[in-house]
Amino acid sequence: MAYFLETLIAGLFAGLMYGLVAIGFVLIYKASGVFNFAQGAMVFLAALVFVTLVERGINFWVAFAATSALMIVTAVVIEALVLRPLRNRDPLTLFMATLGLSFVIDGAAQFFLGTDVHMLDIGIEDIAEDYGGLFISWFDIVASLIVIALVVVLAIVFSKTRMGVSLRAVADDTLAAQSIGIRLPVIWRIVWSVAGIVALIAGLLWGARQGVQYSLSLITLKALPVLIIGGFSSIPGAIVGGLIVGASEALADIYLGPLVNGSVSTWFAYILAVAFLLVRPAGLFGDRDIERV
Amino acid sequence: MTTVQDNILDVGAASSVPSGSTLLRTALVIAGLAIAFGVVPAIATDYWLSSIIIPTIVMGLAGISLNLLQGYAGLVSLGSAAFMSVGVFSAYNLILRVPGLPLPLVLLLAGVIAAAVGIFFGLPALRIKGFYLGASTLGAQFFFQWLFTNYPWFSNNSQSLTISAPRLEIFGYGLQSPVGRYLLVATVTVLLIGLAFLVVKSRLGREWMAIRDMETAASVLGIRVARRKLQAYAVSSFFLGITGVLWGFAYLGTADAYTYNLDKSFQVLFIVLIGGTATIFGNFLGAAFIVLTPILLDHLVLASNVAYLSDQGAITNLQRVIFGAIIIFILIKEPDGLSAWIRRGVEALQARFRR
Repeated sequence: MAYFLETLIAGLFAGLMYGLVAIGFVLIYKASGVFNFAQGAMVFLAALVFVTLVERGINFWVAFAATSALMIVTAVVIEALVLRPLRNRDPLTLFMATLGLSFVIDGAAQFFLGTDVHMLDIGIEDIAEDYGGLFISWFDIVASLIVIALVVVLAIVFSKTRMGVSLRAVADDTLAAQSIGIRLPVIWRIVWSVAGIVALIAGLLWGARQGVQYSLSLITLKALPVLIIGGFSSIPGAIVGGLIVGASEALADIYLGPLVNGSVSTWFAYILAVAFLLVRPAGLFGDRDIERV
Repeated sequence: MTTVQDNILDVGAASSVPSGSTLLRTALVIAGLAIAFGVVPAIATDYWLSSIIIPTIVMGLAGISLNLLQGYAGLVSLGSAAFMSVGVFSAYNLILRVPGLPLPLVLLLAGVIAAAVGIFFGLPALRIKGFYLGASTLGAQFFFQWLFTNYPWFSNNSQSLTISAPRLEIFGYGLQSPVGRYLLVATVTVLLIGLAFLVVKSRLGREWMAIRDMETAASVLGIRVARRKLQAYAVSSFFLGITGVLWGFAYLGTADAYTYNLDKSFQVLFIVLIGGTATIFGNFLGAAFIVLTPILLDHLVLASNVAYLSDQGAITNLQRVIFGAIIIFILIKEPDGLSAWIRRGVEALQARFRR
């Protein structure tokens, strides 16, 4: 039983981290209808820049600020060079463009900063301790608190600030929002910047756990089933989806894996996502479109 | 996306020619066949055949396969390579376990098995729409990669989990040479292009386009949407299965699960978008782009001979950057894909003929 609980809890923690990556997607999807495949590349870029700065002896917070600034510059450049020329094109074209973008970001990051694996120490201990018979790492607890804090901040920004309201207006009806004077390029720049900073936080937490290396980029593929379960346009959905995927993946690996001759974590989440969709075609928190002829 | 009217008239580049010029179209087809089976094998060197022409044709065929599903039926697939791998592993096991099965039959059966798998993973399309379908097809992508690496039975318990191409022959006639493999690929491709045209021009193809353009309206008109969608997955996967066999056996000479990874699926997707959705010939332009760009970039880097680029890893990453940038550039500059080029070319030619 303790083993089951430990697996479950570890899965839930991993799921929160998936959710963190998924939030970056949701932000961009909400505001621009773009399914951003490059989110994983942004996580990798942010983590690699940060770790390089820290290794050169730069203070943690200075490095954080510098990397955030870089992510904002990246967002502005992406908006100008990729999004603006492609607006009003169909979602698949935009998706392919972000796929191209992920090649550019991954390639450029590794071209300039090298392909080495970097260890990243963000000052939180990652050793499991005994909490009433359950072994839980302090790192997991801090990471979850950071994720929860981030979600709360984003929720407040979206519901209370003027920027958040105009962002939701764009998400609801782009044309109507534009016609009342909301400037779309500005919204895009802001949203991609916020997504970039979320990617930085995700990159720090993931990078501290598994080292900063190219495989961080592939987190995109973990976030996808999370999004499908949670709905592409819901931030709480990203977190709940993350928890569901993380927990069930961990349990499936332990209990289903041995029966089928190996780890099932590469595909299990996708099959789960499809099963979910069959019951709820728009995800748990997704918007359901009404169709008219 | 082009409009309905466009696409119903406009199956492939050549047919954008008004119906009066059937003669021109027939001439183009005959010229194409003459080049494919006469000129190319006569003048192409072994290097060109093995490293450029064969992969371009096979990838073009993969593009057509996905285009049937995506361009015509409007369904998303991010896991094309999975169905290619099903094809090649089926073919391998058929040859291995059913001695004496002739190659054409093996190809056909591999296609049929891939089609069955395609129908299974297409089932969610009956309930799920749009991009969410990516989950099902990505599920296929990762599932088959896992299956073929975790169950060595599929690769006949080979240590490396790799399968090697059997001797390719038709009625005792060996096709091992580059020209032989080229002829095999060209013949299969011509037959499949013919089939693709038949399908697209048939009631099935027209109903796919109706579903793509407005599903609700299509169902009101009495189109059996569910059946048509599954047929789209079946046809597309049948094509992909055969393509997978050609890629493994006729191009690489070997295959394993990673030959058909997510990158390959994305390449097929790029071919469709760069070549142009809902065209047949545009796919070969897209495929040529996918096959040739890395080779050209390689040559460019070698020729430029920049000192700090001597590191192979740096070169690979530079190529990724350039490749990604070119893709974004093409998507921005040519919304209808490279096939729009052919169309303009054909129209310009016609204008000249009429004068």
